[in-house]
Amino acid sequence: MGVNVKEQNVETVAVKVDGRSIEVPRTTPNWEGKPEPTTVLQACKHAGIEIPHYCYHPKLPVVGNCRMCLVHVGMPGRPGPDGKQPTNEDGTTKIFPMQLPYEPQTPRGVIGCATAIMPGMEIYASSPETKEMRESVLESLLINHPLDCSICDQAGECKLQEYSYDHGQAESGFEEFKVHKPKAVDLGPRITLDAERCILCTRCIRFTKDVVGDDSLGIVNRGGYNTIATFPGESFNNNYTLNTVDICPVGALTSDDFRFQMRVWFLKETKSLCTDCGSGCNVTIGSRENKMYRYEPRQNDAVNGHWMCDSGRLNYKWIGREDRLSSLKGLEGKTTWPTVLKDVSDHLANADKGSVAIIASARQTNEELHLLTKLAKHIDAVTDSVPRKGKADNLLMIEDRNTNTTGAQILGITGKRVGSKLSSIKKGIESGELKTLIVFGEDVTKHGIDTKLLKKVTLIVSDILHNETTKAADFLLPGCAHAEKRGTFTNVKGRVQKFMKALEPPGDALPEWEFLHEIVHNVVGLEDFKTIEGLFNQMAGEVKAFKDAQLSWAKLGDHGLDVEL
Amino acid sequence: MPSEYKLVLKHVDQAGYSNDIKCYQKHGGYKTMKKVFKLKAKKTKDGVTTPQEIIRKEVLVSGLRGRGGAGFSAGMKWSFVDRKSGKPIYLICNADESEPGTFKDRQVMYKDPHQLIEGMVISCYANDVNLAYIYIRGEFPEGAKILNRAIAEAHKAGYLGKGICGTKFNLDIHVHRGAGAYICGEETGLIESLEGKRPYPRIKPPYFPAVLGLYMCPTIVNNVETLCNVRHVMEIGGTAYSELGTPGNTGTRIVSLSGQVKRPGYYEIEVGKATLGDLIFGKNFGQGLLDGRKLQAIIPGGSSSKVFREGESFKIKTKDKAGKEIEKKIDLLDIPYDFDTLMKCGSMSGSSAIIVIDDSVDIVEALGNLSDFYAHESCGQCTPCREGSLWMSKALKRMRSGQARKEDADYLKNIAHKIQGRTICAFGEACAWPVLSFVDKFRDKFDERGAEDEARLAESQMKEGVN
Ligand SMILES: Cc1cc2nc3c(=O)[nH]c(=O)nc-3n(C[C@H](O)[C@H](O)[C@H](O)COP(=O)(O)O)c2cc1C
Ligand code: SF4
Ligand code: SF4
Ligand code: SF4
Ligand code: FES
Repeated sequence: MGVNVKEQNVETVAVKVDGRSIEVPRTTPNWEGKPEPTTVLQACKHAGIEIPHYCYHPKLPVVGNCRMCLVHVGMPGRPGPDGKQPTNEDGTTKIFPMQLPYEPQTPRGVIGCATAIMPGMEIYASSPETKEMRESVLESLLINHPLDCSICDQAGECKLQEYSYDHGQAESGFEEFKVHKPKAVDLGPRITLDAERCILCTRCIRFTKDVVGDDSLGIVNRGGYNTIATFPGESFNNNYTLNTVDICPVGALTSDDFRFQMRVWFLKETKSLCTDCGSGCNVTIGSRENKMYRYEPRQNDAVNGHWMCDSGRLNYKWIGREDRLSSLKGLEGKTTWPTVLKDVSDHLANADKGSVAIIASARQTNEELHLLTKLAKHIDAVTDSVPRKGKADNLLMIEDRNTNTTGAQILGITGKRVGSKLSSIKKGIESGELKTLIVFGEDVTKHGIDTKLLKKVTLIVSDILHNETTKAADFLLPGCAHAEKRGTFTNVKGRVQKFMKALEPPGDALPEWEFLHEIVHNVVGLEDFKTIEGLFNQMAGEVKAFKDAQLSWAKLGDHGLDVEL
Repeated sequence: MPSEYKLVLKHVDQAGYSNDIKCYQKHGGYKTMKKVFKLKAKKTKDGVTTPQEIIRKEVLVSGLRGRGGAGFSAGMKWSFVDRKSGKPIYLICNADESEPGTFKDRQVMYKDPHQLIEGMVISCYANDVNLAYIYIRGEFPEGAKILNRAIAEAHKAGYLGKGICGTKFNLDIHVHRGAGAYICGEETGLIESLEGKRPYPRIKPPYFPAVLGLYMCPTIVNNVETLCNVRHVMEIGGTAYSELGTPGNTGTRIVSLSGQVKRPGYYEIEVGKATLGDLIFGKNFGQGLLDGRKLQAIIPGGSSSKVFREGESFKIKTKDKAGKEIEKKIDLLDIPYDFDTLMKCGSMSGSSAIIVIDDSVDIVEALGNLSDFYAHESCGQCTPCREGSLWMSKALKRMRSGQARKEDADYLKNIAHKIQGRTICAFGEACAWPVLSFVDKFRDKFDERGAEDEARLAESQMKEGVN
């Protein structure tokens, strides 16, 4: 908005928007990031004016089908034989408002989303002519629309509602019967279509075809009967289908998971990250009364663009599970945090050098891992973590299903080959050399260290859900899901990103950094930090990769910063 | 008295003329192509003019205008082709002939296919095209067969394929059949369809075929008749061709004449050398209306063109003999059948299909019929046309079933105004113009219908005691 492009040394074009002169960059990146002539819609955005649009999406090819972005514009005349543009009496360049070639008394609009700006162009973004075009497109979109907002999931975040309010007219002259189309169509395992609500903007088709590379969505029938459909007998089932629900400007595509669960205006929104693979897609958590209802991708062009995968998006139910770990366990069974932290600290402070091993999780935050390395250094503990692999796809999802492998490597918790020290840890326990094992967020019985071996050590465990390792724990410290705390992860490409707290953890559970901090304070004797900001900044000042990138909690912003790998 | 001037249709329907290559060659076929291949590069002041440039110049000089609908200069269109992109250039013959009332292209394709092929070979040679397509309407399976046979014959004769007639020029032509949709005639819809997709017309800009056409390569799309005329331009020369017809409206045109005339059919005329009256009433053309009928309306250029009402006259700007601009009054039947005068009179020659409507026709019914066609054929891609075309057809259905209202004339025009000029392709105009012009010119009929139905409704409500 209102950027001073002159200073950025980019080539600019001078246009007028609603009478106001403005210089805008001559080109703007298109959906693939390639520079293309700046459009009327983009120029208006620079002027702080939103041109209403349905089919246009910055990350999809432009097709110009909804016509919602029609705007009336004026252009300087063509140069005459003398090479000069026609002028007004006062010598200024004469501007010719566009008109229908075959009906000069009628103004002609251009589509803002696909019309390149020209030097001297005047954009009448708010003129009566433009308003009339918008009203008429909206009216056309509404004549066959069911107008069932009261039971529509999109209500509250529906562009049809919004634009009708901002740009529509109260009444329509429509006197005929509406077209009826299929409702509650099962497009695929996660998506339901209401074809009557669809405005046929083809965003879903273009996303699926051009971004995902899947041809499974298309349109059948003709004209006013056009309907979104899959091939007969085929299912809309790639790992990105739910993004179509996000970009569908109306309530035509709904998520089976979220359908009829909650009115969107009740949802509290929290900036967070997906933890399902090392890509670290940015998300927004929608929650209400300490219950999480959905993830939505949050735009971050350096990471996930506008998108996220379905498996990541739907993997949140565990957070609210009834059987979450929520009680502390100490030497005498049920206990309290002060007691258990004192006991654990005492135990570690008295442990022989080299007699402790730490198996941390590469799904823990940078801050937690940082505290663990401090502890490890002090007591000369061996550390590693557990690899977690899946299948990568061609878009966002990568093989590494650990959220923070890169962070764990930068911080030195694990090496290039994650888990390479697990066998020597096992041997250490077998030989009796290792007497204490600290495990965070992993079930080590699945990685070669079985229950029998676990009996041989003092076992300090922190986790979120029950498993064989938590069962065997001598000290059990319930931790938090990322949605219940703050922290940072470093994604596979070295982007350090932070996430915020949306929910309160259950029972005794505490953010791991809080109790780890206490233990480190007790054992190592470091100065204490009251906040995650302080902890992060302290880490950023100590860890080389973070220091080189001059990171600070504040500088990370909403979209994170890259560190050199 | 004006009569036909047969250039393209010269042999079509001639006794004994068949559509095989031998017959075509016997009648001088492929001679022009061979002549064109012999053209040599010319040295000029500013360098060298290639044979290709010579042909393109001839076509420009001929004044040949597109016969598909818009009447755009063929030579100009060719001059817009991006020849520096490094990508192949394609040529597509638009043989989708779907505009209601139009039945001219099929005459050539069925009865003289080699004429089209010769025109295409010359056009492709002129534009460095090595791969061309004939996109033929789905309803012409026989036409596709005939064209395929002709193409095979031409291959055998060495007129297609590699090193045509001993030159270094290669050309293949493929026939592609549509699946039966009017919108496949719109050139960018056609291109999408040819690429195997739904024929959704593309936005222009940026997808002008001359730059970003088939497979995003520069592409020329020309109508069947336009391409046939290229052969005649090169046969007689651009200047000679430009002397046919009238200034700015050169050459010949095949007019499809239908409706309630005595002798409907296709007639090739010199452009502008016969009037609407000649074509409908002339001895050599339609020979007038059926006995006892009176003229009510004329749709002059295919169903999309704006209708004329019997008895209309127009004031148009034109030039007198001395070249001075004057205003002239012209009666409907005196309009010369050309590109420009029809446009000045508020309609167009479009696909040069005249539909004659006599006094036995119910005007509201006629418009309803047209609107149903457009509602059925809208591709549905863009909002105004998708919603508006169906809206108009529904309104007209209602009006035709005894439920017309007094305000329906304005109601219809209102819908049409939401469409024209606001759509992706010219189909928007094609569906809005009949409505706008029928309602404007026959307002009395629409108002009458509304008044009648409302009166009847009021009466029946009175009877039933409803108030
Ligand atoms: C809705 C619509 C339908 C059309 N149908 C045809 C057609 O059937 N045949 C044709 O030659 N041109 C048709 N056209 C015109 C083509 O888009 C294109 O202008 C023409 O093929 C160019 O050829 P020309 O320059 O030789 O006339 C149609 C245009 C529109 C908007
Ligand atoms: S379902 Fe939604 S995104 Fe897809 S075309 Fe319809 S309105 Fe657009
Ligand atoms: S790609 Fe990875 S980070 Fe992104 S949403 Fe999917 S699982 Fe989550
Ligand atoms: S104007 Fe009609 S036919 Fe043309 S693209 Fe739009 S909906 Fe399709
Ligand atoms: S946003 Fe749909 S036409 Fe421009």
